Amino acid sequence: MPVVMAADQVARSITRIAHEVVERHRTLDNLALIGIRTRGVPIARRLAAGLHDIAGTTVPTGVLDITLYRDDLMRHAVGPQPVLRKTDIDFSIDDRRILLVDDVLYTGRTIRAALDALIDFGRPGAIELAVLVDRGHRELPIKADYVGKNVPTSLSESVQVRLAEVEGLDEVVIKDASDS
Amino acid sequence: MPPIADVLTPDGLAAPVGLRTKDLLSIGDLLPEEIYLILDTAEAMKEVGTRSIKKVPALRGRTVVNLFFEASTRTRTSFEVAQKRLSADTINIAASGSSVVKGETLADTVRNLEAMAPDIIVVRHQSAGAGHLVARLCRARVINAGDGMHEHPTQALLDALTIRERKGTIKGLKVSIIGDLLHSRVLRSNVQLLQVLGADVSVCGPATMMLPDMARLGVRATTSIDEAVEGADVVMLLRIQLERMSGYFFPSLREYFQLFGMTPERLRRAKPDAIIMHPGPMNRGVEIASDVADGPYSVILEQVANGVAVRMAVLYLLADELQS
Amino acid sequence: MVDDTRIMLTGGHLVDPTNSVNGPADLLIVGGRVAAVGRDLPIDPGTTVIEVPRHGVVCPGFIDMHVHLREPGDEHKETVATGVAAAVAGGFTAVACMPNTTPVNDHAGVTRLIRGKAADVGLARVYPVGAATKGRDGEQLAEIGELHAAGCVAISDDGRPIANALLMRRALEYASMFDMPVIDHCEDRSLAGDGVAHEGYHATMLGLRGLPAAAEEIIAGRDVGLSGLTGSPVHLAHLSSRGSIRAVRDGKTRGVRVSCEVTPHHLTLTDDRLAGYDTNYKMNPPLREAADLDTLLDAVRDGTIDCIATDHAPHHYDEKHAEFDSAPFGVIGLETAVSVCLDRLVHPGHVTLVRLVELMSTNPASILRVPGGTLGVGVPADITVLAPELSVTVDSSAFKSLARNTPFDGWRLRGGVTATIVGGRVVYANAAAKGAEPFTNAM
Ligand SMILES: [Zn+2]
Ligand SMILES: [Zn+2]
Repeated sequence: MPVVMAADQVARSITRIAHEVVERHRTLDNLALIGIRTRGVPIARRLAAGLHDIAGTTVPTGVLDITLYRDDLMRHAVGPQPVLRKTDIDFSIDDRRILLVDDVLYTGRTIRAALDALIDFGRPGAIELAVLVDRGHRELPIKADYVGKNVPTSLSESVQVRLAEVEGLDEVVIKDASDS
Repeated sequence: MPPIADVLTPDGLAAPVGLRTKDLLSIGDLLPEEIYLILDTAEAMKEVGTRSIKKVPALRGRTVVNLFFEASTRTRTSFEVAQKRLSADTINIAASGSSVVKGETLADTVRNLEAMAPDIIVVRHQSAGAGHLVARLCRARVINAGDGMHEHPTQALLDALTIRERKGTIKGLKVSIIGDLLHSRVLRSNVQLLQVLGADVSVCGPATMMLPDMARLGVRATTSIDEAVEGADVVMLLRIQLERMSGYFFPSLREYFQLFGMTPERLRRAKPDAIIMHPGPMNRGVEIASDVADGPYSVILEQVANGVAVRMAVLYLLADELQS
Repeated sequence: MVDDTRIMLTGGHLVDPTNSVNGPADLLIVGGRVAAVGRDLPIDPGTTVIEVPRHGVVCPGFIDMHVHLREPGDEHKETVATGVAAAVAGGFTAVACMPNTTPVNDHAGVTRLIRGKAADVGLARVYPVGAATKGRDGEQLAEIGELHAAGCVAISDDGRPIANALLMRRALEYASMFDMPVIDHCEDRSLAGDGVAHEGYHATMLGLRGLPAAAEEIIAGRDVGLSGLTGSPVHLAHLSSRGSIRAVRDGKTRGVRVSCEVTPHHLTLTDDRLAGYDTNYKMNPPLREAADLDTLLDAVRDGTIDCIATDHAPHHYDEKHAEFDSAPFGVIGLETAVSVCLDRLVHPGHVTLVRLVELMSTNPASILRVPGGTLGVGVPADITVLAPELSVTVDSSAFKSLARNTPFDGWRLRGGVTATIVGGRVVYANAAAKGAEPFTNAM
């Protein structure tokens, strides 16, 4: 089970993304972060902390659950629906620049669902995307603005992001589906 | 910032928890973890109701039939709002006694509906077990929206959600349910649900409206309303069905209110932060005084809002693809 | 022309409580009557020999003293022809049919019609029970003398009690002139109201309106009292509650001429079966609690209960396939009773085979004062041959009855019927019984 990012690399990638965000925006006053459940949420919080360290600005951070927007609902033959959790965006997204944050960018369908959901919340000025890992194999015309690391994978592999807030340590590993 | 544990499950996305049952007919069919799943999902659904666009695409393209043999604007509207918020296609069928006169049986009605391939059927019927019959006859998932004197599971779930929101937990709370116990499907669902969730349930009503074999239900029963209210965290009032009152159960509404009506004076025996619940529609001046219904303890309107969220949760959780 | 057909049943175990026979014996039938009983009877030329399969038991013909044949009026549920076909397939050589037909069997014309149909079919004997009151309305006595003359063997308003105590008293007194028992369906309807299931925990949780046991017990107690008052025989149908058994036991101790019956379903099922709202568990009286069932078993053992009768109540599929509270009461029982009783009463040791024969043959015959219940020389050869070790799986789709409303569908039972003989004629022979594998308990 090869480790493609160790803890220090995860930390450095998030810090680097924070710097890129600061470089690309003249001001952070109109920016808001929205983490996609589940692992986009702690990454968004770390990114917000990084932005505060660099620019001294507290960027509002929200939580988005895209379950109700997924296009694979009821397409799985057996098995339960995904567990729905709360969306928590306690600021208006109208005319704001929104930075969506997720752990892995893969087919793009999660991001498509997140865009649908965001648009139901209001009319953002712009939406950008930051991911810790881009593993390729897009099925939709979606591209990340900030990428921690590009990790080429085969379709039989899965990329697992582990975070200290969830699993107790930071690392990214590739697993072959046939291993499990 | 909320603690991170709140927003993450240990194993990440899509924890494989769902409902085992095809249908929601009775609280007794649910495991405790399924009850928590429904309540947690309902909490998340509440957020949808706070958005400016109160609609998500989760049940897009799914057909839900509301099959109501008993008039109930309140419950039907609540289900309908829930369905619309989830983008389901809704069909309302108000079946009256007239089809029975024409000789069409419930089985016929359901077979006809089945030909339209609905995904979910919500049934309200005056006969206990009607939902079970519908579920046996069709592939669609069935939600019992009240069957005679049997059960009204979504009402109990919305009551539990309301109590949990107000009190933080249900475990250990003293809940008193007062009124027409005998005919109440709300009571039957609530007693089971509240007991699973660890509440201390007592019931109160006229001796003529007690349930037989109450002891086996594991609840304390009293005919003294003062005793029932004493120290209660939650006071739940049940509706007196005026159309059922032929003088057999109690002599008059006036005497009922004197003995069992909830007044501000009586409520003083409850805990200072007690809440008052009622499944509606209320008979003011019969089971509840207006100043209690409209008073600060009353969470009756929250119950209505939570009704939509609970029904969204149940619809969503039951909407797995039907296995062919 | 004298019928001298000779049939010999050999190799069976013969049970005849009236003659204290309980052992291996052959039985010779000549001209439709029992001609000889004994070990190793000589076989004359021209005798048809029927070899009873191993473990087979030869008994006096079983009599179901409480069935509903539905004809005239409800031929979509059952007819005399299908009902008696079901009876002989279930091992019954005779049935007594209740008068709640349309029109009601409250006059000789209906009685004669039923007997005529039964004679045409010619399988089992059919004894009509006449209505006690005109139209079963409980207001005026029916023409009981004429009913008797037309062939009724008892009177009853079954489906309903005779609610008015004074009229019940008069019915008892009047029927006694013809030596006919009054069969009462014990239910205080003002207390039972619109109940649909035994009032207790299960009905409560299922939201089903209750039928309290007291509704049965009040009338059972009343009837015992009235029988004592009048000295006339009363027979209490399908008792289900422990309080009713107490009333009968008390009456019998005091010498009151009370008899009673119980159904196979009340001896085997309790109200916890209602959980899925299956209307094949809906009957009146309803399935009661375990304590009632235990008392019924005791009463079957100790003789308080005289008979087992099925209360065979056929209903059409559409009628039973309905909401629990709007489906009609009643289940069928003719084609399952023997298997259920062998499996649940005899094999577990609640009753002996001898006692079973009393419950299902001897006692019904004596209560109704009809022939049968014995294999003494000279009596009509009405015979039930049992296969106590036969493995039977109840399959309602194979029933001879028109109806399918049984609570026992799919049950695997130890014990069945080999053959049914009425008046010396084999009217039913079970192909499965011959050379069948003995029962192995794989459940
Ligand atoms: Zn009866
Ligand atoms: Zn009957």
